[in-house]
Amino acid sequence: MTASPHNDPEPVVRFDNVGMRYGRGPEILRDLSFDLPRGSFQFLTGPSGAGKTSLLKLIYLAAKPSRGLISCFGRDVATLPRDELPDLRRRIGVVFQEFRLLNHLSVFDNVALPLRVAGKKRSDYAEDVAELLAWVGLGDKMTALPATLSGGEQQRVAIARAVVGQPEILIADEPTGNVDPEMGMRLLRLFAELNKLGTTIVIATHDLQLVRMVDAPVMTLANGHLHIRPPRRQRQREAELREAAHADPVQVDPTENVPEQTDIPEPADEDPTDALDAVARAMEMPDEDESDEEDRHG
Amino acid sequence: MDDGLPRPPSGGAGRLLPPDAGRDRPLFLVAAILVFLACIAALGARGAWQQAQNWTTELESSLTIQIRPVEGRDTDADAGRAAEIASAMPGVRNATPRTRDDALALLTPWLGEGNLPDDLPLPLMVEVELEPRAAREGRVAISDLQAQLDAEGMAASVDDHSRWARAVRRAAGTAQTLGLSLLALLTGAAAAVIAFAARASLAARTDVIDALHLCGAEDRFIASLFQRRFFMLGVKSGLVGALFAALVSIGVSLGRAPADMAFFLPQWAANPFELILLGAAPLLAGLTSAVSARLAVASDLRGRW
Repeated sequence: MTASPHNDPEPVVRFDNVGMRYGRGPEILRDLSFDLPRGSFQFLTGPSGAGKTSLLKLIYLAAKPSRGLISCFGRDVATLPRDELPDLRRRIGVVFQEFRLLNHLSVFDNVALPLRVAGKKRSDYAEDVAELLAWVGLGDKMTALPATLSGGEQQRVAIARAVVGQPEILIADEPTGNVDPEMGMRLLRLFAELNKLGTTIVIATHDLQLVRMVDAPVMTLANGHLHIRPPRRQRQREAELREAAHADPVQVDPTENVPEQTDIPEPADEDPTDALDAVARAMEMPDEDESDEEDRHG
Repeated sequence: MDDGLPRPPSGGAGRLLPPDAGRDRPLFLVAAILVFLACIAALGARGAWQQAQNWTTELESSLTIQIRPVEGRDTDADAGRAAEIASAMPGVRNATPRTRDDALALLTPWLGEGNLPDDLPLPLMVEVELEPRAAREGRVAISDLQAQLDAEGMAASVDDHSRWARAVRRAAGTAQTLGLSLLALLTGAAAAVIAFAARASLAARTDVIDALHLCGAEDRFIASLFQRRFFMLGVKSGLVGALFAALVSIGVSLGRAPADMAFFLPQWAANPFELILLGAAPLLAGLTSAVSARLAVASDLRGRW
């Protein structure tokens, strides 16, 4: 993810001067140009009604742009025939703000849905789904109906469903909107883990607390326009380079050697019985020192 | 047992389309009624055809020779001679001359008894019974018979009943066409009702359909879900409709239906055709339902994106 668009040869998603309106209404998204590089991690923020969900819809192929070019996995969305949509959608995992779980299906069946619609046999995926559910701490709720679960549990079902098909992009719309801060952090760690495994992540949130946890690019939507703030480390590096350029004017690509890795601090208070914590421990992420946080404000 | 590994729940996967609790019931009723009417129409068409077949076979397997009284000839003797000639023809089983008394008996219902003068000339009939097979295959040389009778000098005319048979066949054909048209109309109505219901069901379940789509479901996957559901609905309503049609038909043949109603309703004939027709009705209803639901859903989905 970079402030200057189109310098990645093979981004998973590329927007080029994209505009979007519903019907004959005003354009709610204007002149969006950016890349989602493979394996990147970014936040999407902005005030309510700024068009975050609309932008996500464009990315997960639930809507078409009114103008401009969107390419998804190298395919031009505008000319994509309908029968090729399912294949692309299977490479995209989405956690919807309102979950969109099927209320008549058990937790297990909900999570298995992407595998089932892809034509996989139950006997082939049953173990994997059960394992994933245990992994998100719902091993004992597999036969429960979504309506009997708490908001946080439903959220985890939605996340499990989004990742079960091992998507190349994971899009989460307000994934922490229904859970307490601690659970929000656990979920964030889950996303970071998936990112380490190579998944491109986009998290839409207006929870700035959450955004500060990860040193990742932040896309901010306001009045239909998109502003992209590079990660802190990149900004620091650019500042250093500028200083160096004053002393020794040699052109250096500022995007070079920017670590893509995202680190999330471990929360201090942990419930050791929770399966997610086991995951977090397994991830063994180094603690980020607190001075970084002050740096940002300074 | 507890090796720490999570176990997937046993049992089959849940249905992707939520059960439409009670919402399908009126549709089921309409479909069952349509199948019932279609079965009655089909049985009726079949009955008309069968009846016409019986009548025409009866008509075609006999001839009537009419001997008109002519001045100077003995009509009774002519009738006897005509019967002899007819009996000698190939394909004829027997020929029976009717006497004057028989002719009078035929007139009695109209003219009363003894109201005719004895010397009133009456035409006489000779009933000729044919071998059914020969009659069916047209191997009886009717024109030969007419020629031989003419050669004898008698005023005889041979009637092979073909005029009546034609009329009966035409009437039966009309009844049959009517029945089949009704069948086609009812099938069309059923298909339209199912298509409408499938579209409504699709619209009512946008949440599920969207979730399936966004999980990467293909249109044909979703269409198959509806196809399966509506196949089952068709089969069930077909079973009920066909069962009621059979009951009504049996009731008619047992004489339980009022005579004026029985005129319109087919009689139960436990022959293979009826059984196959009623047995196939649920399957045909299921197929009609499945195909129209699939087409409706597929065309609706194509309009998206």
